[in-house]
Amino acid sequence: MANGTTTSEKLLQWVDDRLPLTATWKAHLSEYYAPKNFNFWYYFGSLAILVLVIQILTGIFLTMNYKPSAENAFASVEYIMRDVDWGWLIRYMHSTGASFFFIVVYLHMFRALLYGSYRKPRELLWIIGCFIYLALMAEAFFGYLLPWGQMSFWGAQVIVNLFASIPVIGPDLAIWIRGDFVVGDATLNRFFAFHVIAVPLVLLGLVFVHIIALHEVGSNNPDGIEIKKKKDPKTGIPLDGIPFHPYYTVKDIVGTVVFLAIFSCVLFFAPELGGYFLESNNFIPADPLKTPSHIAPVWYFTPFYAMLRAVPSMFGSQFPGVAVMGAAVVILFFLPWLDRSPVKSIRYRGSIYKTALALFVIAFVILGWLGIEAPTPLYTWMARVLTVVYFAFFLLMPWYTKIDKVSPEPQRVTH
Amino acid sequence: MGDEAVLNGPSFTSEAKVDKGKRNFLIAATSVVGGVVGASVAVPFIVSMQPSARARAAGAPVEVDIGKIEPGAMLTVEWRGKPVWILNRTKPMLETLSGDQNRLADPNSESSVQPANCRNETRSLKPEYLVAVGICTHLGCSPSPMFTPGDASGLGANWPGGFLCPCHGSRFDLAARVFAGQPAPTNLEIPPYYFMSETRVLIGEEKKGA
Amino acid sequence: MNRLLIALFLLLPAAVFASTDVHLDDAPINPRDAVSLQRGARLFVNYCLNCHSAEFMRYNRLEAFGLTPDEIRENLIFTGAKVGDTMKVAMTRTEGRAWFGAPPPDLSVIARSRGKDWLYTYLRTFYRDETTFTGWNNLVFPNVGMPHVLWQLQGEQAAKIEEKTDAHGKKVEHRELSLAAKGEMTPLEYDQAVVDLVNYLVFMGEPNRAKRIQVGIITLFMLGVLFIFAYWLKKEFWKDVR
Repeated sequence: MANGTTTSEKLLQWVDDRLPLTATWKAHLSEYYAPKNFNFWYYFGSLAILVLVIQILTGIFLTMNYKPSAENAFASVEYIMRDVDWGWLIRYMHSTGASFFFIVVYLHMFRALLYGSYRKPRELLWIIGCFIYLALMAEAFFGYLLPWGQMSFWGAQVIVNLFASIPVIGPDLAIWIRGDFVVGDATLNRFFAFHVIAVPLVLLGLVFVHIIALHEVGSNNPDGIEIKKKKDPKTGIPLDGIPFHPYYTVKDIVGTVVFLAIFSCVLFFAPELGGYFLESNNFIPADPLKTPSHIAPVWYFTPFYAMLRAVPSMFGSQFPGVAVMGAAVVILFFLPWLDRSPVKSIRYRGSIYKTALALFVIAFVILGWLGIEAPTPLYTWMARVLTVVYFAFFLLMPWYTKIDKVSPEPQRVTH
Repeated sequence: MGDEAVLNGPSFTSEAKVDKGKRNFLIAATSVVGGVVGASVAVPFIVSMQPSARARAAGAPVEVDIGKIEPGAMLTVEWRGKPVWILNRTKPMLETLSGDQNRLADPNSESSVQPANCRNETRSLKPEYLVAVGICTHLGCSPSPMFTPGDASGLGANWPGGFLCPCHGSRFDLAARVFAGQPAPTNLEIPPYYFMSETRVLIGEEKKGA
Repeated sequence: MNRLLIALFLLLPAAVFASTDVHLDDAPINPRDAVSLQRGARLFVNYCLNCHSAEFMRYNRLEAFGLTPDEIRENLIFTGAKVGDTMKVAMTRTEGRAWFGAPPPDLSVIARSRGKDWLYTYLRTFYRDETTFTGWNNLVFPNVGMPHVLWQLQGEQAAKIEEKTDAHGKKVEHRELSLAAKGEMTPLEYDQAVVDLVNYLVFMGEPNRAKRIQVGIITLFMLGVLFIFAYWLKKEFWKDVR
C-alpha cells in the first residue's frame, strides 16, 4: 500500500479488493472506446434507458395508489389524478413515457437500419434488441388494460380473441390467458402482475445483456466501418475511438436535457396529444355490454393492426391475419442474414437500398395511419399493398442488396 | 493527406492541454443546476406519499351532539379512525380528581398530548365533559370504562373510578391520567376540540382565533 | 432522408381531423374565467347533480375559482355532504336504468371523453319530439334518454325535418331547429349559460389543469438553464476530440 493515500483512495481499494468496481468503471466507461463520429441517431440508446428508468420510477409510485380490480381500477386512476398530491404529474409522466418509449425505440431501431448495426459481429446484439422490442410490446399491452377504460377493455378483448383464432389450441389458450370466459377482473389482476413485475424484470435482464453484448464487440458508427481495425500500436486504443466517459457521458447529458424538454412540452401542455397518447374513449369506464363504435389500438401498434385487418379471413379463420402480423415482427430477427451488401452504412450503399428503405418507412408510417382509421374498401387495398411493400423490404433484400452499386468504404471514419 | 500525427495518433487529446480550472467550474456548475432540477423532480414524488385529499377528508373534524349524554354516561365517536370518548362527569366523579394526585404518574400532564387549554386538572375545556382519545398510550388497545369506585369494580377499595386497559392492565383516572407503575407511560391523548354550542362539539379542530 | 421523415410525421395530424356526423360548434370557454366557472358550478349542482353523480369531484376543489368553503357549503351543497366529500347522488345505477332506460353516467370526466364542443352542441340542440319517452330528442345524441333539464332556461325548440341529398347522392334527413316557445333566458343568455356549464365540466374533468400548465412553464425554464450549462460543458470537453 503506497504512502500518502487518502481515506477515499483507501476506501476505494477496500471495495476493489472485494468487487470489481474500478475495473468495471474502466472497462465500460472510462476506457471503453466508442467511435468519435456518433451523430443524432446515436442518442436514442441512452434515451431508451432514461425512459425505462422514468417508467419504473413513476410506475412504482402509481402502484402505491392504483387498485387492480375491475371495480376500483378506473376510480383509483382518477383518485391519483385528483386526490393524491402531484398524482396527476406521476400519471402523465407514465402515460407520456409509454408513448415516448416507442418513439425512442423506433428511432433507435431505425438507426440500425441506416448504418447496418445489425451486421456481423452484432447479429446477437440485434436479436437481443428484437426480444426487447417484443417485451416492450407485451409490457405496453398489459399496461394498457390497467386504467380499465373502454379502450383498455375492448382492446384487450380483441387482442386476446386473436389468440383464440390459433388453430386447435386457440380457444382454450384464450381462456387460459384471460383466466375467465371474457376479459374481466381475473384478467386485470394478472395483467397487473405481468406489467408491474414479470415483464419489467425480463426487460431489465434483456437490457443488461444488450449492453454487455454491445460492449463485447464495440459500437458501430455512421460510416459502418470497424474502428477496432485501426488501433494505436502503442496503446491498443482504436485510432477513431474516444473513451465513452467523459465524452459521451457529457454529450448524452445534453441529449437527455433536450429530450426532457420535448417530453415536458407534451406532458405539461398536451398530455392527451389529440387523443393519441391518452385516448378520449378511455375516459369512459369499461362496459362489457357496450362496444365503442371504433376500436383502435394505441398508435405504436397500429402498423401491425393494419396488417392484421388487411389479410382477409381464410377458411373461416382470422388466423392468417394473426400469422402475418406475427411474421411482421419475427422477420426482424432475420435481418442480419437477409442483408448481403458488402458495406454496412447507407452512406456507401447504392440507390436501390436507399429507395427500398424510403419505401419501407413510408409503408410503415402509412400503415400506422391506416390502423387508426376505420376500414374502407380503399383503405383495405392500400393496407394490402403496403403490407406487401413491408415484407418485400425484407424478403427481397438478399437480392437487391447484392446487385446494388456500392461506393468504397473509407479506412478511417469521416464524419 | 493531412498530418501524420492526426492520421496515426489517438482521436482525443492528452490531459496536458486542457484548461482544468474551466472544466472544474463547468462540472461544478452543471452539477449544481442538475442537482436543483433533480431535487425539483424528487419533491413531487416524495410529497405524493403524504395523506391524499381523500385521507384528509376522511380525517376531517367530526361534529357531535352531546346534549343527550346523561350525567355519568359516555359516548364514543370515531375521528381519524380512532375512538374518541365524551364522558359527562358527575360532581362526585369530578371530586375524585383532586384526591389521587400522588398515585398518578403525571398529574400535571407535563409529558402527555393535549391542547394547551386542556392542560388543567380536569383535562378539558368544560369541567363536566371529558373528551379523550380512547387509545392506551402503551400499545394501542382501547381501555374499558370502570366508573364504579371502590371494591365493587374489583380494582381495590381505593379505586376512584376511571378506565382499565384489558391488554396489559394499565389504569387511568376519570381525567384519563395514567396511574403510577403502569405499563402505559403517559396520560391518554386529548384531541383538539371546541364547543360549537352548549350541545355541539367539533372534534378535530381548536376554535380559530380563540 | 431525415427531412422526408419529418415531413411524413407532420402529415400525421391530418388524420386527427376525422369527419363526424353532426357538425359540432366550437365552445368558446375560457378556463381562466373564475366567474364563469362559478356560474357553471351553480348550474351543475342545481340541474345536473340530481341524476348525474360526479363521484371523483370533491366539493372543496371549487375553492380553485374563488369560493370559500363556507360559500360552497351554503350555496352549492344541498345533500348534507361535507365540503371535503365527493359529489355523489342518491340514485343508484339500477334505479337509473329503470327510470331512464340507461343509468345517467357519472360526469366527472365527461369533458375528457366527449370533448367540450360535443357537450356545448348537445346542450343547445334539444328539441321537442312527441314520439320519444321523455318528449325530447337531441341532434347530437338521437333518442337520448335524458330530458332537456334546462328547458325552462332555453325554452322549447322544434325541429323541421327536411329530406336532402348529400354529396354522395344519398338521401339524408336534415333537421333545422327553431325556438317554438321562449324560455327565461334569451338565446344569447342561454348560450352563455351553456358556455359556463361546459367550462365547469371541463374544469371538473381535470381540476389540476391550471397547475399543470404553470409547472410546465417553470420546468421548461429550468431545463433551459440546465441546457446552457450542459451544452457549454459538452463543448469544452469535446475540444479534445479531433
